[in-house]
Amino acid sequence: MDHISPVLWQFLVKWMTTFAIIPPEASTIAPKMDALLVFMTLVSIIGLTIVALLITTFSVLYRKDRNPQATQIEGSTLLEATWTIIPLGLFLIMFVWGSVLYFRIFTPPANAMNIYVVGKQWMWKAEHPGGQHEINSLHVPTGQPVQLTLISQDVFHSFSIPAFRVKREAIPGRYTTVWFEATTTGTYHLFCTQYCGTAHSAMIGEVVVQTPEDYKAWLASSTSGVSLAQNGERLFSSLSCAACHNGAPDARGPNLANVYGSKLTLTTGQPVLVDEAYLRQAILNPSAHITQGFAPIMPTYQGQISEEGLISLVEYIKTLNSNYRVQQTTNTTELLPEGPDKPGKSSAAQGGTK
Amino acid sequence: MSTLISLPDQSTARVPKKNYITNENGIMSWLLTGDHKRIAILYLISLTFFFFIGGAMAALIRLELLTPQSDLMASDTYNKVFTMHGIVMIFFFLVPSVPATLGNFLVPLMVGARDLAFPKINLLSWYLYMAGGCLALYAMITGGVDTGWTFTTPLSTHYVNTNVVTTGLAAFIAGFSSIFTGLNFIVTIHRMRAPGMTWFKMPLFLWANYAAAILMVLATPVVAIAIVLVALERTVGIGVFDPTKGGDPLLFQHLFWFYSHPAVYIMILPGMGVISEVISTFARKRVFGYSAVAFSSVAIAIFGFFVWAHHMFIMGVSNYAALVFSLLTMLVAVPSAIKIFNWTFTLYKGSITFETPMLYAFGFMGLFTIGGLTGVFLGVSGTDIHLTETYFIVAHFHFVMVGGMLMAFLSGIHFWWPKMTGRMYPEKISQLAAVVTFIGFNFTFFPQFLLGMLGMPRRYAAYPPEFQVLNVFSTAGASILGVGYLLPVLYLIWSLKYGQVAGDNPWQATGLEWQIQSPPLTENFTEIPVVTQDVYDYEWLERQKEHEVTHVG
Amino acid sequence: MDSHATAHSEAHEHPAHLRHHFMDAAQQKESATFGMWLFLLTEIMFFGGLFTAYLVYRNWYYPAFVAGSHTLDIKLGMFNTLLLITSSFTMAMGVWCSETRRKSGLVWSLIATIILGIGFLGIKTIEYKEKFELHHVPGSSFSAASFVNPPLDAQGKPKDTPLAPDMAIHTEVYFSLYFAMTGMHAVHMILGIAILFALLIKSAKGQYTTGHNTTIELFGLYWHFVDIVWIFLFPLLYLISRH
Repeated sequence: MDHISPVLWQFLVKWMTTFAIIPPEASTIAPKMDALLVFMTLVSIIGLTIVALLITTFSVLYRKDRNPQATQIEGSTLLEATWTIIPLGLFLIMFVWGSVLYFRIFTPPANAMNIYVVGKQWMWKAEHPGGQHEINSLHVPTGQPVQLTLISQDVFHSFSIPAFRVKREAIPGRYTTVWFEATTTGTYHLFCTQYCGTAHSAMIGEVVVQTPEDYKAWLASSTSGVSLAQNGERLFSSLSCAACHNGAPDARGPNLANVYGSKLTLTTGQPVLVDEAYLRQAILNPSAHITQGFAPIMPTYQGQISEEGLISLVEYIKTLNSNYRVQQTTNTTELLPEGPDKPGKSSAAQGGTK
Repeated sequence: MSTLISLPDQSTARVPKKNYITNENGIMSWLLTGDHKRIAILYLISLTFFFFIGGAMAALIRLELLTPQSDLMASDTYNKVFTMHGIVMIFFFLVPSVPATLGNFLVPLMVGARDLAFPKINLLSWYLYMAGGCLALYAMITGGVDTGWTFTTPLSTHYVNTNVVTTGLAAFIAGFSSIFTGLNFIVTIHRMRAPGMTWFKMPLFLWANYAAAILMVLATPVVAIAIVLVALERTVGIGVFDPTKGGDPLLFQHLFWFYSHPAVYIMILPGMGVISEVISTFARKRVFGYSAVAFSSVAIAIFGFFVWAHHMFIMGVSNYAALVFSLLTMLVAVPSAIKIFNWTFTLYKGSITFETPMLYAFGFMGLFTIGGLTGVFLGVSGTDIHLTETYFIVAHFHFVMVGGMLMAFLSGIHFWWPKMTGRMYPEKISQLAAVVTFIGFNFTFFPQFLLGMLGMPRRYAAYPPEFQVLNVFSTAGASILGVGYLLPVLYLIWSLKYGQVAGDNPWQATGLEWQIQSPPLTENFTEIPVVTQDVYDYEWLERQKEHEVTHVG
Repeated sequence: MDSHATAHSEAHEHPAHLRHHFMDAAQQKESATFGMWLFLLTEIMFFGGLFTAYLVYRNWYYPAFVAGSHTLDIKLGMFNTLLLITSSFTMAMGVWCSETRRKSGLVWSLIATIILGIGFLGIKTIEYKEKFELHHVPGSSFSAASFVNPPLDAQGKPKDTPLAPDMAIHTEVYFSLYFAMTGMHAVHMILGIAILFALLIKSAKGQYTTGHNTTIELFGLYWHFVDIVWIFLFPLLYLISRH
């Protein structure tokens, strides 16, 4: 080893010891993704080896020195059919397997906890339902499906967590979703993978996976005092939404209680499912989303609410599951119905009195 | 090891005095030429120039990535550099590479015609190419552009302050150059084949270029209109892609990839054509399953139009759209697999020699197989989620484009160099260059697959330190690769004056282009040939030689 | 597509217009025609991108597209359509005259085509000017106010159904496409008229009426194509939502 320079040697040793070809597996989907990747890699290696072996063998056997005269062969339907059908079959297996995986990653389970992520040049802002904000980092608990609802405020971004094997673009003007269930605690990379301008490579952060207890502790320590829904409620009243959407039988706007998740019929006769994306669109472009039986009188709020504000409003509307007219008028403590995330009651009081 | 090359007696042999190069003199005779062979040479020179511009950008990228911090360049400079690398390499090197040089030179010779159908349009296409190229360089010098070669909206329309419109115009103009080349090829192949040259007597190079030409003619106008709309959105402020005005940025993605996916096949198909010619010649055998290879080119071209949305799997296309486009992508992979196996079995019972073009062709087969198989990783929608937008995709398309197309381009240049110039290049050093390129290439791009698996995003000026080792490997490989690309330029230029006289047919190949003098006459054929022999008919060639010998004797 | 002979030193006999690299005149004509059709195919793909965008957004913002199309002057549009159809007729006359070797007929047909073409562009300019005055040109000066509060007619009733503000702003998408589509069409017209002038000068010198009229024929194809694009644009932009 004397003639290898010490610098080079150290370099190689460092590489050998840190060498990894896949990132850590930290979500339930990661082992499934890796199984498919391993299968595809094996098939590729076998295919490549077959081609390389054939080329080498033929090159040795039929080189000019050994075989001065070529034998002309037209082709062979049987052989050609073989190497059409076998690759096709393998590709189709990969296709089915991969599609199952794809549907899994992009179909969140019903019990998933929703975290909003807003991408903007050049940072990620995550909003937990309890009102915790974080910039360029994301805290999630293990053992709990987490759905991310992504949107961009300016250009395309892409939210990538290699350790979870998930990635989704944040698109301006519409929500996209992705979900995962973290399995291993630790800190992992968070990247923006869609080129988004000057500081694209600085739009990185970390995903902190914690045990449910630690996560709860973190939630408590980083609370902003106002949950998303509470913030939304404030917006709801400051924008005078309640003037029409007051839940009264003669109200000019439809009752919003339990509207989330329901099926509506629009004035055009078109049935729609009310989800986050629908609520957002209905606030920004109300005239195309008029519920049957109502007049198209709602003004647009385009340009008046930030994406964060929209998220809060949507979260607020999602929590309305009782006769909220009473809540509007009393508007003190205890008004927030218990959402899936159970926002702290003391903070509800704070939010309500402001 | 025995060789195939048969050169005329060097003590008496001369390059023919009357040929397309010596026919007329002076710079204007080149700039105003209608001769497809001279236009091919013009293209070759300008393409090489742009290749080295793009290559210099690549060198800067690799140097910057040597360290995890963005220390050689600030990130906005880095963004401009990789954008220019992409635009120059794609629009001004890869798309025109084989069609505009070898295709221009060979299509008329191979079909047995005196020129392409529209020589003036052919010259116009070169001028458009140059105009586009110069405009792109101008944009680069006066501040550059940092949108990535994909011009993604709304980044390109509202969020950058660089020369987007100028660069877009450059790509637009270059697009017309490629439309005109494609149009010329299709008409020439349809209407100008020599008597007896039926479709199934055409060399596979023609089939491949024909398929690519269809893509050029039908796909390029779509990106042209997309670029026009981007430019209008940027300058005037129309609202077709702008989400704040109700436009949909995804529509731009659809229009852009409707061209840019077929563009991948525009780049690779002509290269496949080169490989068919080279493998057949150096194995002394008809291509195994000729019609399967011919039809697979056309199949790739047709399927190529219906897979574009696989670039958008994580971008908000519906799950069912992803399902359909993923399935179609699997189907387009099959014709490529067919080609690889057919080429391999062409070697079976052949009489193989290993001259430089053949070494490049072997390199192509290996690297293209890797590039194609890793493409399946990205075409399968599930694995695409993890691998897309990382270095895996960078490695994949470099294996296809650089490992595949550039190897094929070099193979073709070495194969037809004696026909184009009448002289041979030095054999040993060119074989060395082929090997160096192959090794350097793998060193450069294989580590990038691993980086991609680890999740390193593309287009990052700075990256987490744990990715450094693999990046250092990649940069080291790139320096080897650089040597591999410089060598051919040097010895090919050297050979123009000092190379051995090649004679008409140094490789004993069967194509019509090899049956005439090298370099050819301006009118190609003194008399339009009547084709009686089959394609890749080596027995016919033997009989011809014996015939000549008895006549001379 | 310019196929007349240039300086031709070789001695073998063939018609003056035959380029040396073709075997005979039939092959030359076939090639040129085939090339022209391919070129028109690329043009179809070019406009195809715009038509795709139109169909998508029309589906999304139907009321805005209806309101937008109501602001176009259907009489001017109709008159322009007539002008173009007539110009196609005069162009076809030109092709016939060149086939039957009628020089003055060809020259006058081309002049008529040019005048009709320029007439079309003139009327288009008037229409564009009106859009500028109404602030219906996309960009910084665009205003959707006239769609929220439509101007009143003589009886004091609004001329058109008012749009909700959020839908009204999407008329900008309609006008973006209106200007992109008619603008691209106008660019093709301008190029066509420029070529027409060149053809006119050459026909006045007696070319194209000597039996070799491929150039005129192929230009005719181009002109008809531009005409057909308008035949699609007119109903899509002006007519489709009228009752």
